[in-house]
Parts: sequence; C-alpha cells; structure tokens
Amino acid sequence: MTAVTVSMTVNGKPVTATVEARTLLVQLLRESLLLTGTHVGCDTSQCGACVVDVDGRSLKSCTLLAVQAQGAQVTTIEGLAKDGKLHPMQEAFRENHGLQCGFCTPGMVMSALDLVKHNADPSEREVREWLEGNICRCTGYHNIVKSILAGAAAMRGK
Amino acid sequence: MPDTGIGARVLRKEDARFLTGRGNYTDDINRPNQTYAYILRSPHAHAKIKKLGIAKAAKAPGVVAVFTGADLASDKVNGLPCGWLVHNKDGTPMVEPSHPALVTDRVRHVGDQVAVVIAESRAQARDAAELIEVGYEELPAVVSIADALKPGAPLVWDQAAANTCYDWELGDKAANDAAFAKAAKVAKVDLVNNRLIPNAIEPRAAIGEYDATSGHYTLYTTSQNPHVIRLLMGAFVLGIPEHKLRVVAPDVGGGFGSKIYHYAEEAIVTWAARKVGRPIKWTAERSESFMSDCHGRDHVTHAELALDGNGKFLALKVLTKANLGAYLSTFAPCIPTYLYATLLAGNYATPTIYCSVRAVFTNTVPVDAYRGAGRPEATYVVERLVDEAARISGIDRAEIRRRNYIPRDKFPYQTPVALQYDIGDYHTTLDKVLKAGDYAGFEKRREEAKKRGRLRGLGIASYIEACGIAPSAVVGSLGARAGLYESAAVRVHPTGSVTVYTGSHSHGQGHETTFAQLVCSTLGVSLDNVDIVHGDTDKIPFGMGTYGSRSLAVGGSAMFNAMQKVIAKGKKIAAHLLEAAEADIEFANGEFRVAGTDKKKALAEVSLAAYVPHNYPAGLEPGLEEQAFYDPLNFTYPAGTYLSEVEIDPDTGALSVESFTAADDFGRIINPMIVEGQVHGGIAQGIGQALLEGCVYDGQGQLLTGSYLDYCMPRADNLPSFKVDTNVTACTHNPLGVKGCGEAGAIGAPACIMSAILDALRPLGVASLDMPATAEKIWRAVERAKTPKAA
Repeated sequence: MTAVTVSMTVNGKPVTATVEARTLLVQLLRESLLLTGTHVGCDTSQCGACVVDVDGRSLKSCTLLAVQAQGAQVTTIEGLAKDGKLHPMQEAFRENHGLQCGFCTPGMVMSALDLVKHNADPSEREVREWLEGNICRCTGYHNIVKSILAGAAAMRGK
Repeated sequence: MPDTGIGARVLRKEDARFLTGRGNYTDDINRPNQTYAYILRSPHAHAKIKKLGIAKAAKAPGVVAVFTGADLASDKVNGLPCGWLVHNKDGTPMVEPSHPALVTDRVRHVGDQVAVVIAESRAQARDAAELIEVGYEELPAVVSIADALKPGAPLVWDQAAANTCYDWELGDKAANDAAFAKAAKVAKVDLVNNRLIPNAIEPRAAIGEYDATSGHYTLYTTSQNPHVIRLLMGAFVLGIPEHKLRVVAPDVGGGFGSKIYHYAEEAIVTWAARKVGRPIKWTAERSESFMSDCHGRDHVTHAELALDGNGKFLALKVLTKANLGAYLSTFAPCIPTYLYATLLAGNYATPTIYCSVRAVFTNTVPVDAYRGAGRPEATYVVERLVDEAARISGIDRAEIRRRNYIPRDKFPYQTPVALQYDIGDYHTTLDKVLKAGDYAGFEKRREEAKKRGRLRGLGIASYIEACGIAPSAVVGSLGARAGLYESAAVRVHPTGSVTVYTGSHSHGQGHETTFAQLVCSTLGVSLDNVDIVHGDTDKIPFGMGTYGSRSLAVGGSAMFNAMQKVIAKGKKIAAHLLEAAEADIEFANGEFRVAGTDKKKALAEVSLAAYVPHNYPAGLEPGLEEQAFYDPLNFTYPAGTYLSEVEIDPDTGALSVESFTAADDFGRIINPMIVEGQVHGGIAQGIGQALLEGCVYDGQGQLLTGSYLDYCMPRADNLPSFKVDTNVTACTHNPLGVKGCGEAGAIGAPACIMSAILDALRPLGVASLDMPATAEKIWRAVERAKTPKAA
C-alpha cells in the first residue's frame, strides 16, 4: 500500500488528505472529506451519480484517481447553494419535481450545469442527449428534462 | 394559509436535503470504529464446495475476521425465511428449500454468498477475499425454464423433482373447457415475459452494530420495510428478540420491490458485528447488485381467449411457467400466483378464467417482486390476447375493449379469479385517453410517416391492478405468513405542531410531503408544523412497509384513523374548556368550535391543555397522541388505459417512441405533481422492459448482463415526454378514497408499446415479437417476414 498526500480545493476550501494511491476521487470526497452528497451508483462509469466539477469540467469522480485531481478546483453538489439559497439549477429541480429518491440527483444537477456552460439555451432533445451518461430509475427523465430547461432559462435570466 | 392540503401541488419537503447533498443514505452513515465487509461470491452457477480455505485471507493486512457458512451454522444461524406458502393442485405444499446466508456445501447461482471478509478498509477486505481458496466441483446448471423442465435435467434441489417448486391452478377448468367448446373464434398467443434486473440507482448496503453493554443490535439497511426485516431477521434467522434489535432504513435510493426482501448481507453484518465487537459496513458494488438483488418477471406463457361472433370474450385460459431462481426469496411464491392469476380478468367481464402456473427452480438469482409484480405479467398476457382477438375478429382495438369492459353499473364486480373490484369506470378512462392521444387522427400520422419511409404504429393497452395489499385475513388464507396492515402514530405536541410516525417507508415516493398534506387537511396544521418520521423501528410502533402501491391506501388510512382519534379526544378537552357538551363540538380547519357559535379553541390551545392539564376534564388522560392500525377491507383497484405511438426504420430496426399518453384512475389524489412523477417513472420502466432491458444468462448460468455496459437501462434519449391524465372514481372502502399509483406505469406500458410495435410491423407480416423489442430483434423480424416461406 502506497500512501500519497493529495491537496486540492473543494468547494472553495483547501483540503489535504493522505490516502492510498489507488483511492478514487469519489472515495476521497465521501470517505476522507465526508462530502457524501456525491454518490456511487455503479462500477463502470455509466450511472453518473458521482459527477462533480473538476477545473470547470463535469467529470465522473469514480473514474478519476484522487491524485489526478492534485491541485484542482473541485465543486461538488454541497458547493452550489450560497448563503442558504439554492442555485437556480437546484431550485429548478425542486420546482419541477425533478427528483424522487434523490440518489442520482447530485450527478444530474452537476451534469446539467456543465450542459448550460456549453449550451446556454438547450432544446429538449439536446438535454436528453446530454444526459446519456446519467441514469435515473425513478423519474422517467420527464421532470429532469423539464427542470434542466427551466434551470437553464433561470440562469439566462429569463 | 396557502393551500397545502389534499389535492394541492405542494413542492416536496424532502427536496432541500437531496438537492444540497445532505441526504442520509445507508452508505453515507459511518459508525465509530467501523470495519468493512466484502462478500466472496460464487463464480459458478452450480457447484459443490469441496474445499474452503480461509487461513491466508485471515492473515492478510487489515483483516479483522473471515467467516464462512460453518461459522453461521455453529452459532445456529438459520437460513432466510420465505414469507408465502403456495400449494400444489393436489393440495400438497410447495417445495421449500433452505436459503443459507452463507452456503456450506453447494453454490446454486453466480453470486451466491460463500464467505465474508471483515477488514479495516473496503480495499483490504476485497484484497483478502482474493486469498480465500475455494475448491469447486462444477455441476451442470439449469438456467432457463425450458432447461429446468427438460426430462433428465440436472436438479437445482434434490428434493424438487423436475425442478418444480409448485404446480398451481386457479379457476374452474371444466367450465373453462366447456366455454372454449362453444367459441366462434379463439385468439392464441405464446409469450415470454422477459427477466428484468431492478437496478435502483442506490446499491444495497447494510451496517451492523452491537452494543455489548445493553445487548442491543442495530442494523442500518437499504430497505423498503424495516419492521419486516426486524421480524424476519430477528425472529427467524438470528434469534434476536425485537426489543434488542433496531432496524433503520434511512434515505433509500429507490427500491422498486428489490429492497423489500430480507437479504443475506443484512444478517451477516448484524451477526458478525457481535463476533468482531465493532460495527461492520457492507455496500454492494453495482456488479454485485446485478448478481444478488432479486430479479423480476421471467415467465413463459401460452394463452387463449375464446370469443363469440360479436367479439365478446367467453373464456380465458392461461398456462404459465415461471422462473423463481435458485432460492425462494421473501415474497417469491405469491408473485406468479396470487398477484398474477387473480388479475387475469383485467378490465373485462370475461365469464370464466382458468390459469395454471408451474414455478421452477433454476441456477439463477432468485426472482421476486419488481415494480408491478405479477400484474405487468398478467396485463401483458391479457392485452396481447385482446389485440389478437381484435385482429382475428376484424374489430377496432379500442372498440373490442369498450365492448368487453366491465360496465360502470356492475360494480362491485366479482371476477372469476377471486377478486372483487369495488369500483371503476373504464369506459370514461378510455374516452379520455383516446381524446388526449388523438386516436382518431392516427391514420393520418401513419400515412405521413410512410412518406418518410417510417413504419408508424399505435399501441393501446388497458390494465387493472390490485393494490394496497391487503386484508390480512385474505392474504393469510392465500398463504401469506404475515399480516399486511399498516400502523401510524400521531403526536400532537404541546404547542400544536405534529409528528407522525408511519410504518410506510419512502424511497422516492415523497411521503414526507404527501402524508404531511394529509395532516394539513385533517388537523388544519400548516405544512411547516408537520414532520413525518419513517424508517426506524425504535421510533415507529410497527410497520409493514412500502410495496404494492400501498403507502397511502393502507399507511395513509392508518394515519387518518389515528388523527380521528386525536380529534375525538380533542373534542372532550375542548368541550371542557368551552363549557359545552362534547356532542356540540365540531372540528374543522384546526379549530374546535361549539356548533352554531363563535366559541372556539384552536388545536394548539387544546394540545397545550392536554399537556398542562390544570383545567382539564376529570378522568381523561393527559397528552394528545394516538395510534391506529389499519387493516384494509379489500384490495384497491387502480386501472387505466395507455396509448403510444412508435416509429420504426425498417432498414435498421431502429425505433423511436413518438408519444405516450396515459389515463389512470387512482381514486382521490393528494398531490397531483407527485402522482404524475410516479406515473412517469413507471412508464419509463415499462418502456425499458418493452424495448431495452433483458437479463441474459449463457447456457452455463454465467450472467452476461452483469453491468450497465451490458444491461440496457433506459436513458433520457430513449424516451419521449409523457402526457398523463386521470379519471377519478374514489375507492369505496378506505377512508381516503385512494387507490395507489406507484406501479401503474410499469404495468400498462410494456403491453402498450408492444401493441404499437406489432401495429407498425403487421403490414409486413410480422405477427408476434417478444420483449425486449431491440432494434436487432425488430430488424430480424422484418427480414424474416420478407423472406418467402418455403413451400
């Protein structure tokens, strides 16, 4: 077992942890930093429950070693709400019943934010295609799609 | 006060925590000094264990302990119990083999539990498991139903001849045969109901903990019914009395049936926590979920529907073989029997129905309830037959349904398959969906698609389900080994806020909101002043949990009855405070009022008096807290009709679902937003079954669909947005008039989508197709139909 020390910024705070070299970013977040909002739903990088933002890109934190995020700026679902106020995308999910069990939700929200970064005004089709890497078993995606369209509109200021 | 009561689209109370990453799922919980378990599973479908060496693993870095089935046996740990006994046609009981938490001599499916390693970290437990030496002697495996029933097939269980668990029937066979003899026409179908893997996105997890000073055990688990787990594991497996065992099911990330059952890992971590003296956490990897969560469906059926000259149904005969897997899971025997054959009347007034079901063991993961549980299988059989009946009689598919529906004025309606439907109005529901889905305009859309080289098809399916589950006495007479009521406790605090303790469990259904709305309407308390507590056996009096779309119909009714007791006691207190007769006190909008006057006391004033009883009725107990157990008088019968349209590219078999329109009757609706969400999710799972999902084993029993790379889950771009509507007939026998909505979509959608596909392909000569109708399967069917038949 090789221990390594990794340092990064998570939700605006500098963090340092000593972990086994094989530790995944998601394990570091959940087990070392106790940021359990990022979930693990599969072991083949399909479900997207673990999506976080690493240096401005949405990434599956189950597919990245913690050491690969050395020095990175990481944002997780816990880092979105500011001063007790939900981010417009979170608010859109709430308003549109875009979640049921809530397990895929953090990944959906993080992925949606990256979509909006690429495409501020996506069509329904574009939202559906963007979500190829995020699986939800509860909602049938209907209200997730609606939420993301509403969230994108809110972020455009409409 | 804003309208937050029954019928309001209230946004969910639970969303704030889920949206900010503050949900509390089992794997999010960490206990002091916790260790981690890894389960070594069988790589073989069927093998004898000749040798099991754990010495090397036990010495590996970080390992705390390694246990095998022999350790469980020496501690007299029993196998996992089955909760339902089904009898054969001849009255003898089904074959009920043991179901060990860890096997000792023989593995019976890929994924069967062989040993457990407990270590300081997950990685160390997993690494050490690789050092366990298992000498397997492979045995021939049976995988499919056909394999299991072949003469001379290998036996999964020596005591189950011909691999048969039971051979069961329902209905009057002689009357059925006589009706068929008089038929003008007979529609026939041969169907496979594809095996599914539930795949809640949260993998199962369990944490066992033991407190040596008090002798208390705690199990945190991903369960839909913590009290049932306490009962099954405590009383039958580990021998722990209820007062020493707490089961907590915190936030649970979806269930769909797969988290009803008592699983081996729960017993293992609870038992082993005492052995090692430390808490133990186990969390499934997704690949383990595929090979250890119970699967669903897996039927092969031949069915016939006898018709008279006017397309009226005379008789239905259904011969089904069902795969139960290697062991009997908690509810498994009742799914292809009492939750299947009893639903074969569907929405129709078919006078005689006969069904026989042969259930077989195979070397596969146990099969049990998955969203719909027996009812999607029944609906699929009935609706495929009705479409076929329409075709052979030359009657429009909507019209043949209309002609055979149970008329509105015939309720309560006694079906020939044991159930009595209390109420329904299938004709109005049909009218609604035909209008919403523009049935009349379909042929124009088909023509337009044809110009683009696409085959467009319209699908239609009606469904009925029996929900609530159940009256206890009825299910008891059918072989259930538990009562199926629900409990609730309603605590009005001194200042008038309310906590409700419910035995129902929410794993996505939004009970914290819906149930709170019920309290708002009944007690006149604002939504913010109500908390719903679920999922903890130490807090909640008792519970049977959430499955079978029962939470509101049974759990909500218990809650309503408990609130009526609160109101009744409150009236006594108010009468005293207002110096009026108890009989003159009315309660509405949170106020006790002397009828016809402006003399009143708010609920909070009454509750304060109840806890500070200085001026209080003589002889009345202080406090304002009531409990109720509700045992339903009948099942509830949600019903509906769905329309869908698909387009197929005949050159590639690629299919798109162009529209999906649902009209459901769920009785009275508490929160339309949540109900719509439930329907959306059910439809998506139903479309998944029809188009994408199918569990595949190879001939040796290796699971080929063991990950999301191989098992096709519906993605957002496989689905359209859905149009959903409701028609309301209030349930007649529960105080809320509610029926349940959780499973409907998954029940009606598979039949509806297959109806659309066959409608699209029939012009090419494709007469039948099995689910999942993948592009490849559709393309092959089209190509086969093109090939001229040999003379």
